[in-house]
Amino acid sequence: MHEEMMIAGFGGQGVLLIGQLIAQTALVEDKNVLWMPAYGPETRGGFANCTVMVSDSDIYSPVTSEPTSMIVMNLPSLNKFERSVKEGGFLFVNKSLVNRDVFRNDIDSICVPVTEIARDLGNVKAANMVALGGFIAKKPIVEFKTLIDCLPKVFKGTKEKLIPFNKEALLKGAEYVKGM
Amino acid sequence: MGEKILMKGNEAIGEAAISAGCRCFFGYPITPQSELPAFLAKKMPLVGGVFLQAESEIAAINMVYGAASAGVRVMTSSSSPGISLKQEGISYIAGAELPVLICNVQRAGPGLGTIQPSQSDYFQAVKGGGHGDYRLIVLSPSSVQEVIDLIRLGFDLADKYKTPAMFLAEGMLGQLMEPVDLGDYKPNIPDKPWALTGCKGREKNIVTSLWIDPEELERHNLELQKKYAKIKENEQRWEEFKFDDEAEYLIVAHGTMARIAKSAVIKAREEGIKTGLIRPISLWPYPEKAFANLKNIKKILVVEMSMGQMVEDVRLSVNGRVPVEFFGRAGGMFPTVNQILGKLREIK
Repeated sequence: MHEEMMIAGFGGQGVLLIGQLIAQTALVEDKNVLWMPAYGPETRGGFANCTVMVSDSDIYSPVTSEPTSMIVMNLPSLNKFERSVKEGGFLFVNKSLVNRDVFRNDIDSICVPVTEIARDLGNVKAANMVALGGFIAKKPIVEFKTLIDCLPKVFKGTKEKLIPFNKEALLKGAEYVKGM
Repeated sequence: MGEKILMKGNEAIGEAAISAGCRCFFGYPITPQSELPAFLAKKMPLVGGVFLQAESEIAAINMVYGAASAGVRVMTSSSSPGISLKQEGISYIAGAELPVLICNVQRAGPGLGTIQPSQSDYFQAVKGGGHGDYRLIVLSPSSVQEVIDLIRLGFDLADKYKTPAMFLAEGMLGQLMEPVDLGDYKPNIPDKPWALTGCKGREKNIVTSLWIDPEELERHNLELQKKYAKIKENEQRWEEFKFDDEAEYLIVAHGTMARIAKSAVIKAREEGIKTGLIRPISLWPYPEKAFANLKNIKKILVVEMSMGQMVEDVRLSVNGRVPVEFFGRAGGMFPTVNQILGKLREIK
Protein backbone atom coordinates (compact mmCIF):
# COMPACT_ATOMS: atom_id res chain seq x y z
CA MET A 1 0.00 0.00 0.00
CA HIS A 2 1.35 3.40 -1.01
CA GLU A 3 -1.04 6.34 -0.99
CA GLU A 4 -0.17 9.85 -2.11
CA MET A 5 -3.16 11.88 -1.07
CA MET A 6 -3.86 15.56 -1.59
CA ILE A 7 -6.40 17.72 0.23
CA ALA A 8 -7.18 21.13 -1.26
CA GLY A 9 -9.51 24.02 -0.51
CA PHE A 10 -9.61 27.58 0.83
CA GLY A 11 -7.63 28.67 3.87
CA GLY A 12 -9.91 28.23 6.89
CA GLN A 13 -11.66 25.09 5.63
CA GLY A 14 -9.39 22.94 7.79
CA VAL A 15 -7.71 21.01 4.99
CA LEU A 16 -4.32 21.01 6.77
CA LEU A 17 -5.99 19.76 9.95
CA ILE A 18 -7.67 16.73 8.38
CA GLY A 19 -4.37 15.97 6.65
CA GLN A 20 -2.69 15.93 10.05
CA LEU A 21 -5.43 13.71 11.46
CA ILE A 22 -4.80 11.12 8.73
CA ALA A 23 -1.05 11.39 9.34
CA GLN A 24 -1.45 10.88 13.11
CA THR A 25 -3.77 7.93 12.48
CA ALA A 26 -1.38 6.29 10.01
CA LEU A 27 1.44 6.68 12.55
CA VAL A 28 -0.63 4.93 15.23
CA GLU A 29 -1.28 2.16 12.70
CA ASP A 30 2.49 1.80 12.36
CA LYS A 31 2.65 2.92 8.76
CA ASN A 32 5.22 5.19 7.19
CA VAL A 33 3.82 8.67 6.85
CA LEU A 34 4.61 12.17 5.62
CA TRP A 35 2.56 15.37 5.75
CA MET A 36 3.49 18.41 3.72
CA PRO A 37 1.63 21.70 3.44
CA ALA A 38 1.79 23.97 0.41
CA TYR A 39 3.49 27.17 1.46
CA GLY A 40 4.58 30.37 -0.22
CA PRO A 41 3.15 31.58 -3.55
CA GLU A 42 1.07 28.40 -3.92
CA THR A 43 -1.13 29.65 -1.10
CA ARG A 44 -1.78 33.12 -2.59
CA GLY A 45 -5.40 33.94 -3.32
CA GLY A 46 -6.49 31.89 -0.32
CA PHE A 47 -5.53 28.45 -1.57
CA ALA A 48 -4.60 25.87 1.04
CA ASN A 49 -3.53 22.33 0.38
CA CYS A 50 -1.46 19.55 1.82
CA THR A 51 -0.07 16.24 0.70
CA VAL A 52 -0.28 13.18 2.95
CA MET A 53 1.64 10.04 2.08
CA VAL A 54 0.84 6.75 3.81
CA SER A 55 2.84 3.67 2.93
CA ASP A 56 3.91 0.19 4.01
CA SER A 57 7.34 0.88 2.51
CA ASP A 58 9.80 3.77 2.76
CA ILE A 59 8.60 7.16 1.56
CA TYR A 60 11.20 8.85 -0.62
CA SER A 61 10.02 11.83 -2.68
CA PRO A 62 8.01 14.17 -0.41
CA VAL A 63 6.26 15.68 -3.43
CA THR A 64 4.03 14.07 -6.01
CA SER A 65 2.78 15.27 -9.36
CA GLU A 66 0.17 12.47 -9.56
CA PRO A 67 -1.78 12.06 -6.30
CA THR A 68 -3.48 8.66 -6.00
CA SER A 69 -6.42 10.26 -4.20
CA MET A 70 -7.75 13.73 -3.50
CA ILE A 71 -10.31 15.68 -1.51
CA VAL A 72 -11.29 19.03 -3.04
CA MET A 73 -13.34 21.37 -0.92
CA ASN A 74 -14.13 24.12 -3.47
CA LEU A 75 -14.38 24.86 -7.18
CA PRO A 76 -11.04 26.67 -7.69
CA SER A 77 -9.23 23.66 -6.21
CA LEU A 78 -11.11 21.26 -8.48
CA ASN A 79 -10.23 23.43 -11.49
CA LYS A 80 -6.61 23.56 -10.43
CA PHE A 81 -5.99 19.94 -9.46
CA GLU A 82 -8.51 17.66 -11.22
CA ARG A 83 -6.08 16.99 -14.06
CA SER A 84 -3.31 15.83 -11.72
CA VAL A 85 -5.12 12.87 -10.13
CA LYS A 86 -3.46 9.62 -11.14
CA GLU A 87 -5.32 7.48 -13.68
CA GLY A 88 -7.47 5.02 -11.75
CA GLY A 89 -7.26 7.24 -8.67
CA PHE A 90 -10.04 8.53 -6.43
CA LEU A 91 -11.46 12.06 -6.22
CA PHE A 92 -13.80 13.27 -3.45
CA VAL A 93 -15.58 16.55 -4.21
CA ASN A 94 -17.44 18.94 -1.90
CA LYS A 95 -20.60 19.30 -3.98
CA SER A 96 -21.87 22.22 -1.86
CA LEU A 97 -19.20 24.56 -3.26
CA VAL A 98 -18.70 23.02 -6.70
CA ASN A 99 -21.33 23.72 -9.35
CA ARG A 100 -20.07 21.39 -12.03
CA ASP A 101 -19.47 17.69 -12.65
CA VAL A 102 -16.10 15.99 -12.58
CA PHE A 103 -14.67 15.91 -16.13
CA ARG A 104 -12.36 12.96 -15.70
CA ASN A 105 -13.84 9.56 -16.52
CA ASP A 106 -10.62 7.60 -15.99
CA ILE A 107 -10.82 8.04 -12.21
CA ASP A 108 -13.31 7.09 -9.54
CA SER A 109 -15.10 10.12 -8.08
CA ILE A 110 -17.93 11.05 -5.74
CA CYS A 111 -19.57 14.42 -5.02
CA VAL A 112 -20.94 14.96 -1.51
CA PRO A 113 -22.56 18.16 -0.17
CA VAL A 114 -20.31 18.22 2.91
CA THR A 115 -20.84 21.91 3.73
CA GLU A 116 -24.63 21.43 3.82
CA ILE A 117 -24.31 18.25 5.88
CA ALA A 118 -22.11 20.12 8.37
CA ARG A 119 -24.56 23.02 8.50
CA ASP A 120 -27.41 20.60 9.25
CA LEU A 121 -25.28 19.14 12.04
CA GLY A 122 -24.98 22.61 13.54
CA ASN A 123 -21.60 23.99 12.43
CA VAL A 124 -20.44 24.61 8.89
CA LYS A 125 -16.82 24.49 10.09
CA ALA A 126 -17.04 20.71 10.44
CA ALA A 127 -17.36 20.29 6.65
CA ASN A 128 -13.74 19.09 6.61
CA MET A 129 -14.55 16.24 9.02
CA VAL A 130 -17.68 15.28 7.08
CA ALA A 131 -15.50 15.10 3.96
CA LEU A 132 -12.83 13.04 5.70
CA GLY A 133 -15.39 10.62 7.12
CA GLY A 134 -16.92 10.18 3.67
CA PHE A 135 -13.53 9.81 2.03
CA ILE A 136 -12.33 7.11 4.46
CA ALA A 137 -15.62 5.23 4.11
CA LYS A 138 -14.90 4.89 0.41
CA LYS A 139 -11.10 4.73 0.52
CA PRO A 140 -9.96 3.23 3.85
CA ILE A 141 -6.29 4.20 3.78
CA VAL A 142 -6.52 4.18 7.58
CA GLU A 143 -9.03 2.40 9.84
CA PHE A 144 -12.10 4.47 10.66
CA LYS A 145 -11.93 3.43 14.31
CA THR A 146 -8.29 4.54 14.69
CA LEU A 147 -9.20 7.83 13.03
CA ILE A 148 -11.79 8.51 15.74
CA ASP A 149 -9.33 7.44 18.46
CA CYS A 150 -6.78 9.93 17.13
CA LEU A 151 -9.02 13.01 17.36
CA PRO A 152 -7.40 14.01 20.70
CA LYS A 153 -4.05 14.24 18.89
CA VAL A 154 -5.23 17.18 16.79
CA PHE A 155 -7.72 18.74 19.23
CA LYS A 156 -5.60 19.51 22.27
CA GLY A 157 -5.98 21.73 25.33
CA THR A 158 -8.84 24.20 24.96
CA LYS A 159 -9.88 22.53 21.70
CA GLU A 160 -10.54 19.20 23.44
CA LYS A 161 -14.20 20.14 23.84
CA LEU A 162 -14.59 20.05 20.04
CA ILE A 163 -13.89 16.29 19.87
CA PRO A 164 -17.47 14.95 20.29
CA PHE A 165 -18.85 17.23 17.57
CA ASN A 166 -16.05 16.39 15.14
CA LYS A 167 -16.54 12.69 15.84
CA GLU A 168 -20.20 13.11 14.94
CA ALA A 169 -19.23 14.89 11.72
CA LEU A 170 -16.84 12.07 10.74
CA LEU A 171 -19.57 9.49 11.38
CA LYS A 172 -22.16 11.52 9.46
CA GLY A 173 -19.88 11.79 6.43
CA ALA A 174 -19.21 8.06 6.44
CA GLU A 175 -22.90 7.27 6.85
CA TYR A 176 -23.84 9.56 3.94
CA VAL A 177 -21.32 7.99 1.57
CA LYS A 178 -22.30 4.43 2.54
CA GLY A 179 -25.92 5.36 1.74
CA MET A 180 -25.05 6.64 -1.74
CA MET B 1 13.76 3.34 21.27
CA GLY B 2 11.16 5.83 22.36
CA GLU B 3 7.71 6.46 20.98
CA LYS B 4 7.50 7.94 17.50
CA ILE B 5 5.86 11.34 17.24
CA LEU B 6 5.00 13.51 14.24
CA MET B 7 7.07 16.63 14.01
CA LYS B 8 7.71 19.46 11.56
CA GLY B 9 11.30 19.85 10.36
CA ASN B 10 11.69 23.34 11.81
CA GLU B 11 10.37 22.25 15.22
CA ALA B 12 12.63 19.20 15.12
CA ILE B 13 15.64 21.52 14.84
CA GLY B 14 14.56 23.24 18.05
CA GLU B 15 13.70 20.02 19.88
CA ALA B 16 17.05 18.46 18.93
CA ALA B 17 19.00 21.57 19.91
CA ILE B 18 17.49 21.60 23.40
CA SER B 19 18.09 17.86 23.80
CA ALA B 20 21.73 18.46 22.77
CA GLY B 21 22.17 20.91 25.64
CA CYS B 22 21.90 24.10 23.60
CA ARG B 23 20.90 26.82 26.07
CA CYS B 24 21.29 29.98 24.02
CA PHE B 25 19.57 30.99 20.81
CA PHE B 26 20.00 34.34 19.08
CA GLY B 27 18.27 35.03 15.80
CA TYR B 28 16.14 37.25 13.64
CA PRO B 29 12.96 35.96 11.94
CA ILE B 30 12.78 35.05 8.27
CA THR B 31 10.59 32.64 6.27
CA PRO B 32 10.83 29.64 5.82
CA GLN B 33 12.43 28.94 9.21
CA SER B 34 10.28 31.09 11.51
CA GLU B 35 8.63 28.08 13.21
CA LEU B 36 12.05 27.36 14.73
CA PRO B 37 12.50 30.64 16.67
CA ALA B 38 8.77 30.48 17.53
CA PHE B 39 9.31 27.02 19.02
CA LEU B 40 12.46 28.03 20.91
CA ALA B 41 10.86 31.24 22.21
CA LYS B 42 8.41 28.97 24.06
CA LYS B 43 10.75 26.15 25.02
CA MET B 44 14.08 27.81 25.92
CA PRO B 45 12.78 29.56 29.06
CA LEU B 46 11.37 26.22 30.30
CA VAL B 47 14.87 24.69 30.41
CA GLY B 48 16.52 27.78 31.89
CA GLY B 49 17.96 28.85 28.55
CA VAL B 50 18.09 32.17 26.75
CA PHE B 51 16.03 32.96 23.66
CA LEU B 52 16.66 36.38 22.22
CA GLN B 53 15.31 37.95 19.06
CA ALA B 54 18.07 40.36 18.12
CA GLU B 55 17.65 43.66 16.28
CA SER B 56 19.36 42.21 13.21
CA GLU B 57 21.14 39.12 11.87
CA ILE B 58 24.48 40.83 12.44
CA ALA B 59 23.69 41.45 16.10
CA ALA B 60 22.49 37.85 16.45
CA ILE B 61 25.67 36.25 15.10
CA ASN B 62 27.82 38.43 17.36
CA MET B 63 25.73 37.39 20.36
CA VAL B 64 26.44 33.81 19.28
CA TYR B 65 30.14 34.70 19.18
CA GLY B 66 29.93 36.04 22.73
CA ALA B 67 27.99 33.11 24.16
CA ALA B 68 30.34 30.58 22.54
CA SER B 69 33.31 32.44 24.05
CA ALA B 70 31.72 31.87 27.45
CA GLY B 71 31.60 28.13 26.75
CA VAL B 72 27.87 27.44 26.31
CA ARG B 73 26.24 25.48 23.51
CA VAL B 74 24.74 28.14 21.28
CA MET B 75 22.86 28.24 18.02
CA THR B 76 21.51 30.72 15.52
CA SER B 77 19.29 30.14 12.51
CA SER B 78 18.15 32.01 9.47
CA SER B 79 17.42 31.56 5.81
CA SER B 80 19.61 32.50 2.85
CA PRO B 81 19.61 36.34 2.82
CA GLY B 82 19.93 36.36 6.60
CA ILE B 83 22.85 33.93 6.45
CA SER B 84 24.59 36.27 4.00
CA LEU B 85 24.33 39.02 6.63
CA LYS B 86 25.93 36.75 9.24
CA GLN B 87 29.05 35.98 7.20
CA GLU B 88 31.37 38.50 8.84
CA GLY B 89 30.58 37.05 12.25
CA ILE B 90 30.95 33.47 11.01
CA SER B 91 34.45 34.26 9.72
CA TYR B 92 35.37 35.78 13.13
CA ILE B 93 34.01 32.70 14.93
CA ALA B 94 36.02 30.38 12.67
CA GLY B 95 39.13 32.50 13.25
CA ALA B 96 38.58 32.49 17.00
CA GLU B 97 38.00 28.69 16.90
CA LEU B 98 34.66 28.64 18.67
CA PRO B 99 32.08 25.83 18.56
CA VAL B 100 28.69 27.09 17.38
CA LEU B 101 25.88 25.72 15.26
CA ILE B 102 24.40 27.82 12.45
CA CYS B 103 21.19 26.66 10.76
CA ASN B 104 20.35 27.73 7.25
CA VAL B 105 16.90 26.67 6.05
CA GLN B 106 17.51 27.75 2.47
CA ARG B 107 15.25 29.73 0.20
CA ALA B 108 15.86 30.61 -3.41
CA GLY B 109 18.12 33.48 -4.48
CA PRO B 110 20.00 35.46 -5.49
CA GLY B 111 18.98 38.54 -3.58
CA LEU B 112 15.72 38.50 -1.68
CA GLY B 113 14.59 35.78 -4.13
CA THR B 114 11.61 33.80 -2.90
CA ILE B 115 10.71 31.61 0.04
CA GLN B 116 10.51 28.32 -1.90
CA PRO B 117 13.10 25.57 -1.31
CA SER B 118 16.54 25.75 -2.85
CA GLN B 119 20.08 24.42 -2.57
CA SER B 120 21.72 27.47 -4.04
CA ASP B 121 23.67 28.37 -0.86
CA TYR B 122 25.93 25.34 -1.34
CA PHE B 123 28.95 27.39 -2.45
CA GLN B 124 28.43 29.88 0.36
CA ALA B 125 28.29 27.07 2.92
CA VAL B 126 31.14 24.84 1.77
CA LYS B 127 33.54 27.21 0.02
CA GLY B 128 33.75 29.97 2.59
CA GLY B 129 31.03 32.61 2.51
CA GLY B 130 32.96 34.93 4.76
CA HIS B 131 36.54 36.10 4.24
CA GLY B 132 39.73 34.21 5.04
CA ASP B 133 41.01 30.65 4.81
CA TYR B 134 38.43 28.81 6.88
CA ARG B 135 35.99 25.93 6.60
CA LEU B 136 32.66 25.12 8.17
CA ILE B 137 31.55 21.58 8.90
CA VAL B 138 28.37 21.40 6.78
CA LEU B 139 25.64 18.79 7.33
CA SER B 140 22.70 18.16 5.00
CA PRO B 141 19.59 16.37 6.35
CA SER B 142 17.14 14.43 4.20
CA SER B 143 14.35 13.53 6.66
CA VAL B 144 12.94 14.93 9.88
CA GLN B 145 14.57 12.06 11.80
CA GLU B 146 17.89 13.05 10.30
CA VAL B 147 17.25 16.65 11.35
CA ILE B 148 17.30 15.40 14.94
CA ASP B 149 20.40 13.27 14.40
CA LEU B 150 22.42 15.90 12.53
CA ILE B 151 21.62 18.79 14.88
CA ARG B 152 23.00 16.67 17.74
CA LEU B 153 25.99 15.63 15.64
CA GLY B 154 26.58 19.25 14.58
CA PHE B 155 26.94 20.39 18.20
CA ASP B 156 29.24 17.44 18.97
CA LEU B 157 31.51 18.02 15.97
CA ALA B 158 31.66 21.76 16.64
CA ASP B 159 32.82 21.05 20.21
CA LYS B 160 35.19 18.27 19.17
CA TYR B 161 37.04 20.44 16.64
CA LYS B 162 36.36 23.88 18.18
CA THR B 163 34.92 25.12 14.92
CA PRO B 164 31.61 26.46 13.65
CA ALA B 165 29.28 23.90 12.05
CA MET B 166 26.45 24.63 9.67
CA PHE B 167 23.20 22.72 9.34
CA LEU B 168 22.08 23.27 5.75
CA ALA B 169 18.48 22.29 4.94
CA GLU B 170 15.99 23.27 2.27
CA GLY B 171 12.75 25.11 3.00
CA MET B 172 10.75 21.99 2.12
CA LEU B 173 12.20 19.97 4.99
CA GLY B 174 11.45 22.74 7.46
CA GLN B 175 7.75 22.58 6.54
CA LEU B 176 7.05 18.86 6.24
CA MET B 177 6.03 16.55 9.07
CA GLU B 178 7.32 13.03 9.63
CA PRO B 179 7.56 10.60 12.53
CA VAL B 180 10.67 10.97 14.67
CA ASP B 181 12.12 9.00 17.53
CA LEU B 182 13.84 11.34 19.99
CA GLY B 183 15.34 8.32 21.76
CA ASP B 184 16.89 8.37 25.19
CA TYR B 185 19.57 10.93 24.38
CA LYS B 186 22.01 12.48 26.83
CA PRO B 187 24.38 15.10 25.45
CA ASN B 188 28.07 14.61 26.08
CA ILE B 189 29.44 18.13 26.34
CA PRO B 190 33.23 18.28 26.81
CA ASP B 191 35.00 20.55 29.31
CA LYS B 192 35.94 23.91 27.81
CA PRO B 193 39.03 25.11 29.72
CA TRP B 194 39.61 27.78 27.05
CA ALA B 195 36.28 29.51 27.75
CA LEU B 196 35.97 33.01 29.23
CA THR B 197 34.49 32.14 32.59
CA GLY B 198 36.26 34.68 34.82
CA CYS B 199 39.99 34.08 35.43
CA LYS B 200 40.11 34.22 39.21
CA GLY B 201 42.79 31.74 40.29
CA ARG B 202 43.94 30.83 36.78
CA GLU B 203 45.78 32.25 33.78
CA LYS B 204 43.56 34.45 31.65
CA ASN B 205 42.10 33.01 28.46
CA ILE B 206 42.04 35.03 25.26
CA VAL B 207 39.47 34.48 22.49
CA THR B 208 40.28 36.49 19.41
CA SER B 209 40.46 36.43 15.64
CA LEU B 210 42.92 39.37 15.55
CA TRP B 211 46.57 38.44 14.89
CA ILE B 212 48.46 41.58 13.90
CA ASP B 213 51.83 39.88 13.32
CA PRO B 214 51.81 38.14 9.90
CA GLU B 215 54.13 35.37 11.09
CA GLU B 216 51.83 34.63 14.01
CA LEU B 217 48.77 34.76 11.76
CA GLU B 218 50.40 32.36 9.31
CA ARG B 219 51.15 29.98 12.18
CA HIS B 220 47.49 30.28 13.27
CA ASN B 221 46.37 29.52 9.70
CA LEU B 222 48.62 26.46 9.53
CA GLU B 223 47.11 25.20 12.78
CA LEU B 224 43.62 25.72 11.34
CA GLN B 225 44.60 23.78 8.21
CA LYS B 226 45.87 20.88 10.34
CA LYS B 227 42.52 20.80 12.05
CA TYR B 228 40.65 20.89 8.73
CA ALA B 229 42.80 18.03 7.40
CA LYS B 230 41.82 15.95 10.43
CA ILE B 231 38.14 16.73 9.90
CA LYS B 232 38.47 15.80 6.23
CA GLU B 233 40.01 12.47 7.18
CA ASN B 234 37.54 11.57 9.96
CA GLU B 235 34.18 13.14 9.25
CA GLN B 236 33.10 12.29 5.71
CA ARG B 237 29.55 11.00 5.79
CA TRP B 238 27.27 9.71 3.07
CA GLU B 239 24.48 7.23 2.32
CA GLU B 240 24.48 4.76 -0.57
CA PHE B 241 21.18 3.70 -2.16
CA LYS B 242 21.14 0.76 -4.58
CA PHE B 243 24.79 1.52 -5.38
CA ASP B 244 25.48 -2.21 -5.85
CA ASP B 245 27.54 -4.31 -8.29
CA GLU B 246 24.77 -4.06 -10.88
CA ALA B 247 24.62 -0.27 -10.95
CA GLU B 248 25.85 1.31 -14.20
CA TYR B 249 24.59 4.83 -13.59
CA LEU B 250 24.96 6.85 -10.45
CA ILE B 251 22.90 9.81 -9.27
CA VAL B 252 24.44 12.17 -6.72
CA ALA B 253 22.03 14.38 -4.79
CA HIS B 254 21.79 15.71 -1.24
CA GLY B 255 19.07 16.77 1.19
CA THR B 256 15.43 16.58 0.13
CA MET B 257 16.61 16.48 -3.50
CA ALA B 258 18.07 13.04 -2.77
CA ARG B 259 14.63 11.76 -1.75
CA ILE B 260 13.11 12.79 -5.06
CA ALA B 261 16.14 11.22 -6.78
CA LYS B 262 15.62 7.94 -4.86
CA SER B 263 12.09 7.71 -6.28
CA ALA B 264 13.66 8.25 -9.72
CA VAL B 265 16.23 5.48 -9.04
CA ILE B 266 13.43 3.02 -8.27
CA LYS B 267 11.53 3.95 -11.45
CA ALA B 268 14.72 3.81 -13.54
CA ARG B 269 15.45 0.29 -12.26
CA GLU B 270 11.90 -0.74 -13.20
CA GLU B 271 12.61 0.22 -16.79
CA GLY B 272 16.00 -1.45 -16.81
CA ILE B 273 18.32 1.53 -16.29
CA LYS B 274 20.54 0.13 -13.55
CA THR B 275 20.93 3.17 -11.35
CA GLY B 276 22.30 3.76 -7.87
CA LEU B 277 22.65 6.84 -5.73
CA ILE B 278 25.12 8.54 -3.42
CA ARG B 279 23.68 11.00 -0.93
CA PRO B 280 26.36 13.18 0.66
CA ILE B 281 25.45 13.89 4.29
CA SER B 282 28.54 15.97 5.11
CA LEU B 283 28.90 18.59 2.37
CA TRP B 284 32.14 19.72 3.95
CA PRO B 285 34.13 17.61 4.31
CA TYR B 286 32.86 16.38 0.96
CA PRO B 287 32.56 12.55 0.99
CA GLU B 288 35.26 11.93 -1.62
CA LYS B 289 35.69 8.41 -0.23
CA ALA B 290 32.21 7.51 -1.51
CA PHE B 291 33.57 7.73 -5.05
CA ALA B 292 36.49 5.34 -4.49
CA ASN B 293 35.06 2.47 -6.54
CA LEU B 294 33.39 3.50 -9.80
CA LYS B 295 34.56 0.59 -11.93
CA ASN B 296 31.09 -0.46 -13.17
CA ILE B 297 29.75 3.10 -13.47
CA LYS B 298 29.31 4.46 -17.01
CA LYS B 299 28.02 7.92 -16.13
CA ILE B 300 27.19 10.05 -13.13
CA LEU B 301 24.22 12.43 -12.99
CA VAL B 302 24.28 15.18 -10.36
CA VAL B 303 20.86 16.60 -9.50
CA GLU B 304 20.47 19.82 -7.53
CA MET B 305 17.94 22.52 -6.69
CA SER B 306 20.41 25.03 -8.12
CA MET B 307 22.10 25.77 -11.41
CA GLY B 308 25.03 23.50 -10.50
CA GLN B 309 27.15 23.93 -7.39
CA MET B 310 27.78 20.54 -5.72
CA VAL B 311 28.52 19.15 -9.21
CA GLU B 312 31.95 20.81 -8.92
CA ASP B 313 32.81 18.74 -5.86
CA VAL B 314 31.59 15.59 -7.60
CA ARG B 315 33.91 16.37 -10.53
CA LEU B 316 36.82 16.94 -8.12
CA SER B 317 36.09 13.62 -6.38
CA VAL B 318 35.68 11.69 -9.64
CA ASN B 319 38.71 13.40 -11.19
CA GLY B 320 37.87 12.48 -14.78
CA ARG B 321 37.39 8.74 -14.24
CA VAL B 322 33.72 8.85 -15.32
CA PRO B 323 31.74 11.52 -17.24
CA VAL B 324 29.70 13.72 -14.91
CA GLU B 325 26.40 15.19 -16.16
CA PHE B 326 24.23 17.76 -14.41
CA PHE B 327 20.53 18.53 -14.10
CA GLY B 328 19.20 21.28 -11.89
CA ARG B 329 16.41 23.78 -11.49
CA ALA B 330 16.45 27.13 -9.74
CA GLY B 331 14.29 29.80 -8.23
CA GLY B 332 12.40 27.52 -5.84
CA MET B 333 11.56 24.98 -8.54
CA PHE B 334 12.95 21.48 -8.17
CA PRO B 335 13.68 18.59 -10.54
CA THR B 336 10.76 16.13 -10.53
CA VAL B 337 10.99 12.34 -10.59
CA ASN B 338 9.93 12.29 -14.26
CA GLN B 339 12.44 14.97 -15.23
CA ILE B 340 15.29 13.05 -13.56
CA LEU B 341 14.13 9.90 -15.31
CA GLY B 342 14.06 11.75 -18.64
CA LYS B 343 17.60 12.99 -18.07
CA LEU B 344 18.76 9.43 -17.28
CA ARG B 345 17.23 8.14 -20.52
CA GLU B 346 18.94 10.97 -22.39
CA ILE B 347 22.47 10.31 -21.07
CA LYS B 348 22.18 6.52 -21.28
